[in-house]
Amino acid sequence: MLLSRKFVSDYIDIPNEVDIKDLANRLTSLGNEFDSAEKLINATNLTIGKIIECTPHPDSDHLKVCKVDIGSEVLQIVCGAPNARSGIKVIVALDGAKLPGGTIKKGMIRGVESNGMMCATEELGLDHKFLKDEDINGIKELDDDAKLGEDPIKYLELDDEVIDFDLTANRGDLLSILGMAYEIGAIYDKKVKSIDLSYNENNEDINNIFKVDIKTDNCSLFLSKKALNVEIKESPNFIKNRLIASGIRPINNVVDISNYVMLETGQPLHFYDADRLGDTLVVRMAEEGEELTTLDNEKRILSDTDIVIADKKKAIGLAGVMGGLSTEVEDDTKNIIIESAIFDSILVRRTSNKILRSEASNRFEKGLDPNRTNMAIERACTLLEKYANATIMGGKVTYDKTKVSEKDIPITLKNINDVLGASLTLDEVVDIFRRLDFKTKASKDSIIVTAPTRRLDISIKEDLIEEVGRIYGVNNIKGKLPIVPMKKGSYDVTTREIRNKMISLGLNEVLSYILINDKDVHKYTNDSFEEVKLLDPLTEDRNTLRYSMIPSLMKIFKYNKKRNVKDISIFEIGKGFYKKDTYGENNKLCVLMYGNYYYGIGNKKTVDFYIIKGILEELLDYLGYENRYSLVNDNIPKELHPGASASIKVNNDIVGIIGKVHPSVTKDDVYVLEINLDKLLEKRVSKMKYKEISKFPGVSKDLAFILDKNIAAGDVISTIKKAGGKLIKDINIFDIYTGDKIKENEKSIAFSLYFEDSKKTLNDDEVMQVFNSIIEKVEKTHNAILRDK
Amino acid sequence: MKNDKIKEVKSLLEEDKKNISNINELNDLKVKYLGKKGLITQLNSLIKDIPNEEKKAFGQSVNELRTIFNNYYEEKKDIFEEELLNERLEKEAIDITLPAVKTKRGSKHPVNRMIEKIEDLFVSMGYDVMTGPELETDEFCFERLNLPKGHPARDMQDSFYITDEYLLRTQTSAVQARTLLANKEDPKPIREIVPGKTYRKEDDATHSHQFCQCEGLVIDRKENHVSLADLKGTLEVFVKEVIGDNLDLRFRPSYFPFTEPSYEVDVSCFKCGGKGCPLCKDTGWIEILGAGIVHPNVLRMNGYDPEEWGGFAFGPGLERLTMFRYGIPDMRYLYTNDIRFLEEFDRKDDCDAIK
Repeated sequence: MLLSRKFVSDYIDIPNEVDIKDLANRLTSLGNEFDSAEKLINATNLTIGKIIECTPHPDSDHLKVCKVDIGSEVLQIVCGAPNARSGIKVIVALDGAKLPGGTIKKGMIRGVESNGMMCATEELGLDHKFLKDEDINGIKELDDDAKLGEDPIKYLELDDEVIDFDLTANRGDLLSILGMAYEIGAIYDKKVKSIDLSYNENNEDINNIFKVDIKTDNCSLFLSKKALNVEIKESPNFIKNRLIASGIRPINNVVDISNYVMLETGQPLHFYDADRLGDTLVVRMAEEGEELTTLDNEKRILSDTDIVIADKKKAIGLAGVMGGLSTEVEDDTKNIIIESAIFDSILVRRTSNKILRSEASNRFEKGLDPNRTNMAIERACTLLEKYANATIMGGKVTYDKTKVSEKDIPITLKNINDVLGASLTLDEVVDIFRRLDFKTKASKDSIIVTAPTRRLDISIKEDLIEEVGRIYGVNNIKGKLPIVPMKKGSYDVTTREIRNKMISLGLNEVLSYILINDKDVHKYTNDSFEEVKLLDPLTEDRNTLRYSMIPSLMKIFKYNKKRNVKDISIFEIGKGFYKKDTYGENNKLCVLMYGNYYYGIGNKKTVDFYIIKGILEELLDYLGYENRYSLVNDNIPKELHPGASASIKVNNDIVGIIGKVHPSVTKDDVYVLEINLDKLLEKRVSKMKYKEISKFPGVSKDLAFILDKNIAAGDVISTIKKAGGKLIKDINIFDIYTGDKIKENEKSIAFSLYFEDSKKTLNDDEVMQVFNSIIEKVEKTHNAILRDK
Repeated sequence: MKNDKIKEVKSLLEEDKKNISNINELNDLKVKYLGKKGLITQLNSLIKDIPNEEKKAFGQSVNELRTIFNNYYEEKKDIFEEELLNERLEKEAIDITLPAVKTKRGSKHPVNRMIEKIEDLFVSMGYDVMTGPELETDEFCFERLNLPKGHPARDMQDSFYITDEYLLRTQTSAVQARTLLANKEDPKPIREIVPGKTYRKEDDATHSHQFCQCEGLVIDRKENHVSLADLKGTLEVFVKEVIGDNLDLRFRPSYFPFTEPSYEVDVSCFKCGGKGCPLCKDTGWIEILGAGIVHPNVLRMNGYDPEEWGGFAFGPGLERLTMFRYGIPDMRYLYTNDIRFLEEFDRKDDCDAIK
């Protein structure tokens, strides 16, 4: 919303010393944020001059050398405008003038001295949409009454200031000069001036010649009047300039008046060429597929949620959004029908979202005050009579299903002070409502407040409390801390512990987007689910919610790889989404590792499966799942290396996946790990409790087996564990050998075993007995041979 | 005669000493003199041939010689051992400036640092940290927050819909309704914060389609005065702890459908101190959050009687706070996850960021 200072000053006195930025800041403190507050024309050092001599430039075929009288002196200015000629009054930018396009300086132009510039309207910085060709191609020619040496901006009545507001959705009333006037009045404690609604009517009655037929509940108020013999011409300067300051392009006096009244009152109007309309206006819902050519000459296909204005046969306008081409006011229009109406805000919003957001639709969407609907049609008649020499026909066609009455809202002083945490007195509160122009009836500590109908946002006492807070000033309320019972706050400790564990293991935490390309959503998983797609994505590359987080982390890997980052070890705790019977989401932990994991001369270690497996085991052990998990080379998604990946099982339940990314996906040795944390953490862990350490020494024994290459070490460990019984406390593999000393299809695994009895010192016989049975069992189970020492 | 034997051994020893240059030779010398058949040991066997009256004197002389040898041995041994030790120390000396052996050092994402900081602050004030679904229903994200379908304020939050009913939540406030409703049968006071991810259909230099918010909600019986002044006081503590001291706070009336009155809260620009600069768009203020008194409709719709219960809510965006705290110039850095960026956040951080 662009607020013209000149325009609003018609209705409220803003003290002269108030600078536009101050005004904007004061309105901001009332809740009306602004983007900019500045002069309409940002140009300095301009004056009115007259060309008294104009001769061709000796060294150019299009430049002219002009002598320009600026009152106090005569300047020589070189000018290239085709319309520069002796005798016209012009805008002169003097040496040092600052224009939106730059600073004007004295200088030589092709050898001829030039002491300034004569300006085209465009050079003053007005938006191109307000300009005609002549405003761009030639210098501005001023009328004869322009006085030499005076300020041309003032002469052109463009000496206005404009605030661009970013208003909140509830304050539809501020989309009007009058609404703003009330708001400013509350700040400076000034009264809003009344609006001129006076005009003459002829003896006829519009009701005898024109009817409206409202066929839908989505139009609650419809008013029509007729203006006869309008004289279509250019608007007076003040109307044009105020429209320009408000961001609307002037067209002709009649169209401009409809916009001008909308700006003043907030009520959009529509003018129809009465002679092209017929005698009845119908308001109805469009038929599905109905066609309409709108003012902008676009053919629109309508649906049954669009409200249309129609004649007896067909739609002629989209209610609240845009008129139709067939009944448009044109240069030869003589008689007009004025429409001032209220349409359902939600439907207008829906239609305008689909077709066009306009100044009108914006106002309909926010809701309108029926009193303003009446005011606007009267005001239009006043201005049409005054500026288009129209004769206003008597009577008014009225369809009215609104029930407007001013709302009485009872409120107590305690209500206000409780919510604000302030200690206002009754007098202070009553005075605040007076400044807002709200009526009050106060008795003891309670007040009945009557909110004016223009304030559609006020309906309950909380709304009134907000008003009091606004005017009193929140920054005058002193902050304090709530007095509440002491209690311990809780938070998700486990997630934080997992995060800290991963960081302590040397991983960098990332924060990735959950939206990915739908073609990646089933990757890195064999789970069956329906993907969750957006109805209307920003880009196709982010059109679906991820299920696995691995695609997100792979993206980060690629980004960093491209930037020559050599070592990439990252993790994230985030969510994966799916639809099974219903929509759902899971908390997940995802890890990706590539490059070196630890450093030091001769100690560099590149990430391999065993490093990421170590990360996994560190985490699971830390969380208390020691001895409850296993890796199985089963159910490997096709994006992972079939021979170097595994499903992670905890309590025999698959909770995640670990492994190397398949070489067909990336040539780099990238390892990933993903755990469904919801699934993992639902498995209970017993409380940490001290177990007595053994007081008796244990015995270590090493041995090695030669066995088939394809036998998994983990299986041998299981066998040893089983055969070792209660006495075996620890099994470690300290060497794997393949090579010359054994057969090609064999390997040797060397174990270090540790035996201990918590009740007594073990003797050799006992140890040897267990040791031998381990050897026997392994040899038998795995067809292995004990390797000689 | 016998005493001559002692003298002989003694002078032989003096001669031998001259050739001792290391611990092994020293030990050999010990065997030669004090071993089972050592020269001094053998002197003892001579005692049986000595007349009784001389036995004592002879014995004393042998012992003297033994003592001389032992003293010599101990002294020499210490010297040799020290030499050996010094030799070893010299051999073992290393270049301590060579690089250490270590794993990569991990780092915590700055946004999560901010979340943890906020959690710690509010948990210490008795708030519970709550979570809720990110794939939310229109009902909880909007309708139960006094934002019926077709409400113009929905434009403030352009949403990613999945179906007519499901969407990615646009605000962590969605959890408000869930918490209130969970207590429907037995309304009780609430103090909670909800940090989490939110999503809106916009992507530019200052908006990311995915971002983090932290909803705060305090509900109590009305007589407990959970008022605007209490909201102000709470946010003053929040700003001081999370962004830094010496910042001014400004409340601007605003509009959110779920609070009434509603405010937008600005802090004085930390870069220019309020004088005006490009960062604060010359206003001297930077908006950090929306807040307000919970709208009676929200309470009523979710099982709390607004005549009896009241409270306040607030919801800062976390990216901006994170950027302020660490001086990160561009929001997009938080989501590109450049390892070099992430690695900067790899240490303890509990000093006040902005002075």
